[in-house]
Parts: sequence; C-alpha cells; structure tokens
Amino acid sequence: MVGAVEALLAVTALSAVLVMLAPNRVAGKLAFGLSLLPLAGSLLMYEGFDGSGNALLESGTLAFETNETWIQLGDIYALNWHVGLDGISMPLVVLTTILTSAAILSAWTPIDERQSQFYGLMLFMEASLLGVFVALDFFLWFVFWEFVLVPMYVIIGVWGGPRRRYAAIKFFVYTNIASLVMFIGFAALVFALPVTSFDLPLIAQSLRAGELGSLAGIGPETLKGLAFLALFAGFAVKVPLVPVHTWLPDAHVEAPTPASVMLAGVMLKMGTYALLRFNFTMLPDVAAEHAELIAIFAVVSVIYGAMLALAQSDLKRIVAYSSISSMGYVILGLVAYTTYGLGGATFQMISHGFISGLMFMCVGVIYNTAHTRMVGDLSGVADRMPVTAAVFVAAAFGYMGLPLMSGFAAEFFVFLGAFHSTVLGSAPLFTAAAMFGIVIVAGYLLYAMQRSLFGPFFTAEDYEITPAAAHDVVPLVVLLLAVIALGTAPELFYDQIQGAVVNLAENGGGEAAGHAAALLGGGA
Amino acid sequence: MATIQAHPLTPQILLGLTALLVLLFDSIRPNTRRDGVLAAISAVGSIAAGGVAAWFIAEGTGQAETGGAISEFGGSLVVDGTSLFFSVIFASVTALVVLGSYDYVREEDHGGAYYSLVMLAATGMSLMAVADSLAVGFVALELASLPSYALVAFLKKNRGSVEAGTKYFLVGALSSAVMAYGISLVYAATGSLRFAAVADALAGVESVGVLGLGVLMVAGGLAFKTASVPFHFWAPEAYEGAPAPVSGFLSSASKAAGFVLAFRAFTAAFPLETAIDLGINWALLFAVLAVVTMTLGNFAAATQENVKRMLAYSSIGHAGYVLIGLAALDGGGELVLGASMMHLLVYGFMNTGAFLFVALVEYWDVGRTFEDYNGLATEAPMACVAMTIFLFSLAGLPVGAGFLSKYVLFMGAVGAGYSWLALIAAVNSALSLFYYSRVVKAMWFEDPSGDFGIERRPVGIYAALMVAAAVTVALLVAFNPVAETAISAAGGLLG
Repeated sequence: MVGAVEALLAVTALSAVLVMLAPNRVAGKLAFGLSLLPLAGSLLMYEGFDGSGNALLESGTLAFETNETWIQLGDIYALNWHVGLDGISMPLVVLTTILTSAAILSAWTPIDERQSQFYGLMLFMEASLLGVFVALDFFLWFVFWEFVLVPMYVIIGVWGGPRRRYAAIKFFVYTNIASLVMFIGFAALVFALPVTSFDLPLIAQSLRAGELGSLAGIGPETLKGLAFLALFAGFAVKVPLVPVHTWLPDAHVEAPTPASVMLAGVMLKMGTYALLRFNFTMLPDVAAEHAELIAIFAVVSVIYGAMLALAQSDLKRIVAYSSISSMGYVILGLVAYTTYGLGGATFQMISHGFISGLMFMCVGVIYNTAHTRMVGDLSGVADRMPVTAAVFVAAAFGYMGLPLMSGFAAEFFVFLGAFHSTVLGSAPLFTAAAMFGIVIVAGYLLYAMQRSLFGPFFTAEDYEITPAAAHDVVPLVVLLLAVIALGTAPELFYDQIQGAVVNLAENGGGEAAGHAAALLGGGA
Repeated sequence: MATIQAHPLTPQILLGLTALLVLLFDSIRPNTRRDGVLAAISAVGSIAAGGVAAWFIAEGTGQAETGGAISEFGGSLVVDGTSLFFSVIFASVTALVVLGSYDYVREEDHGGAYYSLVMLAATGMSLMAVADSLAVGFVALELASLPSYALVAFLKKNRGSVEAGTKYFLVGALSSAVMAYGISLVYAATGSLRFAAVADALAGVESVGVLGLGVLMVAGGLAFKTASVPFHFWAPEAYEGAPAPVSGFLSSASKAAGFVLAFRAFTAAFPLETAIDLGINWALLFAVLAVVTMTLGNFAAATQENVKRMLAYSSIGHAGYVLIGLAALDGGGELVLGASMMHLLVYGFMNTGAFLFVALVEYWDVGRTFEDYNGLATEAPMACVAMTIFLFSLAGLPVGAGFLSKYVLFMGAVGAGYSWLALIAAVNSALSLFYYSRVVKAMWFEDPSGDFGIERRPVGIYAALMVAAAVTVALLVAFNPVAETAISAAGGLLG
C-alpha cells in the first residue's frame, strides 16, 4: 500500500515532470496549480497527524510510517525505505509546501525565460526537501539531502544575477564538501555500532544506549567526539554559522527571488533540522560537554551576522545576513537542552522560514519594478507601493520579535529555554548576549526601512514605480497571516513540537508543565 | 519435465559467432556498404548474449544454489556469478556502443571491419571473465586488446587517431610482455598455470622472490588493461584520438575486463591469506595503486580543457575507486569486492553514455573544448539532460546509480577497516564534481558563441544516449538485484 508520505512525494515529483514538459507560456500557472496538491496534502496530514514523541527515540510513535527494505547489501547492511513524521518534521513539511506555492507565485513576474524548466526545478526541489524531512533511513535521507542541491544549483546558475556562475559554483562546492565531511563522520559512527542498517531510530537508540564500539583503533569516546565534529562542521555550513557562512550572501544576492525564498525559508532549516536530529539527539553527551563552545558559535553568529547586515546597503544582502543572525538563535536554543530551548529552536525554524521568505518576497516585489535594491537609490517607496511597504514593515517587526508575530514567540521560547539551561555554563550570560542581537536587528531594519520606504519619493534609476500585481501581493498577505497566526496561537505547531522534544531535554519533565499558550498569556 | 539445457558458455559463443557473422555478411558483397544490417547483427548478437547471461543469473547457473561454479575445458574456463555478471556488462556496453557507432562509422571506410573488430574485442573480454588459468587469461586479454588497437586507429586519415593507435599498441605490447614474463615466473615458482592449482602450490613455494616478482608483473599487465597507474598514460592519448564510441567502449568494457581478470586471478590463484604468509601482500600494492591512480586521474582531469580528455582522466580516477575492491579484501571482502563490481556495471552505462554524448558532439562538429559546449542545451536539450545525468552520476550525486555504487564501495571500504582509503576516495570524489560540473555549466549556463549548425539528429546515438540515461536513473531505484548479484558473485569468488 502506498502511504500518505509516498503519495505526497510522488505527486510533487510527477508535477515537476509535467511542468517540465509543459510549454513555457502556461508553466507558471500549471506549476502553481499543481503545487497546491502537496500543500493540501500536507495540511490534511497535519489534520490527521497521530504521532507522538520523538521519531528517533524508542518512546516515539510515528505518523504515516512506512518501513521497507530497499537495497540489501549481503547480510551485512540493508538500506531501507523508512519514512514517517513526528512533531519536529510535520511543521517543516507544512512550511515547505506553503513556501513553495508562495515562491512559485512570486516567480510569475521576474522569471521570463525558460519558464517550464524553472518551475519544474522548483517542484523537484520541493520534492527533495520534503524527502529530507520525512526520511528516517540515513541513506535515503542523504539521497534527498544531496538531491536538493542540484535544482538549486541550476536555478542560481541559469536565472541568477550578473555573478550567477560564481555564486552557483561556490554554493555547490561549499555545500557538497560539507555533505561529504558529514557523511564520513556519520558512516564512521555507524560502522562502530552493532547495527545492520542505516535506520536512524535504531542508530539513535543504539548510540544513546552506549553501544558504540571502536573503529580502526579509535575508542568510542574519541570516535564520538570526532563524529560530532564532522557532523557539526557539515551541518554548520548549511545553517550557516559564522565562520562558514560566506557562500550564503553570494548565493542569495545572485539567486532569483523565488530561489532566495526557498533557500532562506527551507534550505537553511535542513542544517538546523539535521543538527537537532543527529548531533543533539544522537550524541547528547558530546553536545553537553561542549555546550559552551557551541553557544559561543551561536552567539557570535547572532551578533556578527547582525553587524554584517548593519553594514550592507543592498536590501537583499541585509535580509540574507540577518538569516545568519536568526539561525544563531536556533543553535542557542538547541544547545540549551531544555524543552523550551529545543522546542523554541524548532519553532524558530518555522517562524524564520515564513518571515525570511516574506522579507525576500517583499524585496523581490520592490526590485521587480524599481530595478534596484540599493538602500541609497530608493526613497519613499511606500508612497507608490503602499501594500508591499506595509507588509515589509510588518515582516520586519516579526523579525525584530515584536509580540503578535511568530518571531516573538520563537525568540521568547529560545531565551526562556536558554536562560534556564542546566547544561550550558553561565547560561544567563549567553542569553543576555544573544538578546542584544535583537537590538542590532531592530537597528538595521528600522534604519533601512526609514531610508528606502519612507521620506520623499525618489529613485536613482528612472523607472516608473507601480503598485505590485495581485499575484505578487497574495503570497505576501498569506505569509503575513501565517506569521501572525503563529504569533498569536503558537500552539498550532508548538504542541506537536513540544511533544517531540520533551523527552530529549535533559530536565524534560518538570519544566514542561507550563503550556506554551499559558506562558504567552492566553495567546496574546 | 525436460528442460532445454543451454551450454553455460552460450554468451561467449554468441558474441564470437556474431563477430564471424558480421565478417561473413560483409564479405558477401565487399563493395557495397550496408552498415545498417551490420550494426543490427552486432546489436542483436550482443543483446542476445547479455540476455542469456542475465537469464543464467536468474536461473542460478554456476552459482552456489545450483551446485557452484561450472568448470569447462579441463578447468581452464569457469562459469560462475562473476563471469555472468561481467558478461552482462560487456554485452550491454557493446550494444550501446554499436548503436551509437552507426551514424558515426557510416561516414568512414571499412564499416564491416569496424563492427567485426568490436564484436571480437567483446568476445575477448567475455573470455577474460571466464578464464580460469593464467594462460587462457593472457590469450583472452590479447584477443580483447588486438582489435582495440585497430579500433583506436580506425580513423586512419586522422593523424591523431593513428598516433593514438600506435601509442596504445606500443604500451600494450610492452605491458603484454611484462605480463607474459610474470606468468612464466609464477609458473616457474608453482609449476602450474591454472588458478586453483597455483593456489594449492602456493603454500609450499620455496622461491618466494621469483613468485613475488611474477605476481607484481601480472599486476602490471592488468594495470595496463584497467588504465591504472603505472600503465595509465596511454589512456588519455588513446581515448582522445579514437572515435568517441570506441573511447567509450575501451574506457567502460575494456576496463571492466581487466578488472574481472584481476579479481579472479588474485582471489583464486593468489589467495590473500596465503600470499601474506609468504610476504607477498598484494592488497597493500593495490591500496597504494588505488590511491595514486584515483588522485592522479582526478587532479589531471581537473586541469583539462578538452572534454574527451577530461573524461579519459576521470576514467583513470574511476579505476582507482574500483581498485579499492582488491585493496580492502583482507578485512571482510565480499561487500567491498561486490561494490567494485556494482560500480563497474553502473560505470558501464554512465561512462559509455558520456562518451556517446561526445560522439554526438563530434558528429555535429561542434568542437572539443569546454567553451565549445557553451549553450549546447539551447539546441539539444534532451541530449544535454542525458549528459547531465551521466556527469552527476559519475561525480556521485544521487541523480543516477553512480551515487549508490560509489557509496556502497566507500562504505564497504570503511567496513573492511580501510577508513583512510575511503576517506581519500571520498575527497577525490568531491573534487571530481568540480570538473564534471564544468561541462554542465557550459551546456546550461553559458550562452552559445555562435550557431552550432546542427542539421541532423542521428537516431542511433540518440537512442543509445536515452537508453543509457534511462538505465542509469532506473538503477538508482532498482539497485537491489544488482547489489544482490554482485555480492553473491563476490562471495563465490572468495569461496
């Protein structure tokens, strides 16, 4: 029998093929129509979600699980088709389908050549991203993980800005080397375990039970440390953490808007999702041991990313660098190892997915008509594009973590979790330092908006600035509504998330008693 | 119930008969050209041979469940899982090459000679897969090599082709001599040529030095055939000068043939444990060769400007990966050896496909460098999609089965305790993405510099490209049968 997950993947992949074969003229509309299918599917799955606990722990029950042998390698190893969803992956699947549909809509205006190939690749990317979040066998997961790169590489390389070729190659090589390091680290770990498959839950349980042996004369403790390092390094590139973030601004600035939306909205989450699944679930003791070091990376990313954003004059670069800052919060939440820390980190992934996607789309809409993104070349855009400007301001408030926006809930959970961390030494200090990042974020966003959106109308380029078309505004409004919905009712996702992370947290039981909505004062 | 008992050597016999049939047909009316018929005979013959081999695998002929390997001709030939697996590789590559050659060869003289030489070489290769003695192995190797020399020099009005053929022949003759001398030394030390008898005599050998030198020289001869260091330097010249379908044939099938003989000779005649007791650790030799071969191949490929030459060096790099199968034998064996076989099978499709794409480009007279490929996707999107699949699959990205075979190979190496070897291979593999993606970048991202002047779309090459691409992708999903067969074949070899 074909399960819901298989249907979701198959429909998305088939849509991609259909769109590729369609004529350029109709490709955009067809792609949008077809992208509503996985969107509806994921919402239905969200409705019918019956999983509980964490997918990788023994106590977890998965929703929509399938587990079949795919390739049998002698009697030694089996590669399985193991897919399923838990409270961590379910929200990410919903995020992916919503953002893909929105990104496809936002592509109607700027993409004016080779449309069928573009939209086909977008749907291929969606299928592989979904695959990353549903796969529970390492090998299967790795196939999807690598496959995501190909469409993104081609999209940046073909439809990107002036320096697209450089950016595409840099993105491709950077993330591929990272994947390789991560793969080697994990393979080394698996070979030292008494398991006969790459099944992630089995591996996680075996590791947590302390069954790790030695490999090639390297003892379990050292091996764990090395594997943690390799995995962390591999995923840090994807996140990205300072100092391995340099591919991100290049890729973002050159990528067309819809690709930026996917890149910031979903692809960065692959890194944090993987960190949560691998490093923090499978090797909690190593993570705890080096908690301070990891927290330093996180805080440096928060502050340094924000400072970099402060120094930019290209709106898109500002948004791109601010992602580095936001992802730093995710890492801080993870390393805190409290229910609120882990849950907040996961919630921040979703929240940042929506908000950054929204910001990139706003910048894209302005660029479509103004043909410039430089803060100094624009002034008073709100005069001519009131709706876009309003959404931009609202999204920026979300980024700054103003109440009623998902960003507030996410950062609140993270800081709360981080502050109470028992794993992390001098946790309050780290939390305070990271909170300072918000001040910088507010600074550069307000400053940029003040100069470009408000004031007397002026553009350096001589283009007529017209209000955005309806198909550009609709995704903006929908995403903004999603951000507000998650801000006012975080339990929409947070309940599922908390159920999946509560058993991971070091001091799980006690503190989890308080309910998310209750903490936020009855949803406001 | 009576069943028709097919002779276990049917694939080899079919290939040989096809070669003779092509010659016969061509000599009926020597002054007319009927390339279509010749290509059809060759394609049908090779597909039939491959089909029979695949059927034998499914039936279990020569495998453990039906009584083990079948020995023929007084123990000088053997049919088992390995030989059948490789027969499938040779037959598929031959069929693809013949299909892809039709349009290409039609414009040259001596079509009959071309097809019969391809079929004779294929026969030689499939005999290398069944050879169970050093002497038969050597003769089979020569049967595969001699037609190859002529095929490389087939474009005899083209100086590059003739030069390549000459170089290939000279290096080939030298390495054959080395190998023959090595065989004689092994005979001197053990008093036998049959693999099993050599293995029996091994433990009691007194003149270990002579034997060691012999083993080394046999390895050298096989390194030539597989285009491994130190006998690799003919490969870039020969592949670049040869007609592109022949380059594909040599770099896929001929390489696999060298490997199957190496696998069998070293596991059956010089079992590793006994050899190590004597102080002849050939696994270490292959480990060193593997590292040098893959690193040299990849680094050289990264500096090329000519696509065909880049593919030639990358083919050396892949020989290095496959050598891991022999290098890591002492720590487990069947998984890693099986993985080498899987990689050769997948390589047979993706690499032949890539060379056939080059053949297509040569047919259109587009040019040979990366720059010449700029914007090709605007004119020939389907062929470029196929080429992209081949290249990414060769690089080990999961768009094709090259990803699976490579990672099973590296995993096998780690499992056998050769993590360092897997690490070097993985780094090399990451590097290879750089030069493969240059072609992809040229085809898709760059703008064409002028009109390509493409008038005809050769049906034969297109068909071969599509089949190769379809198989490369399909194997990604349906890899299990290949993995099972290869691992059980490797298990059979290791006893």
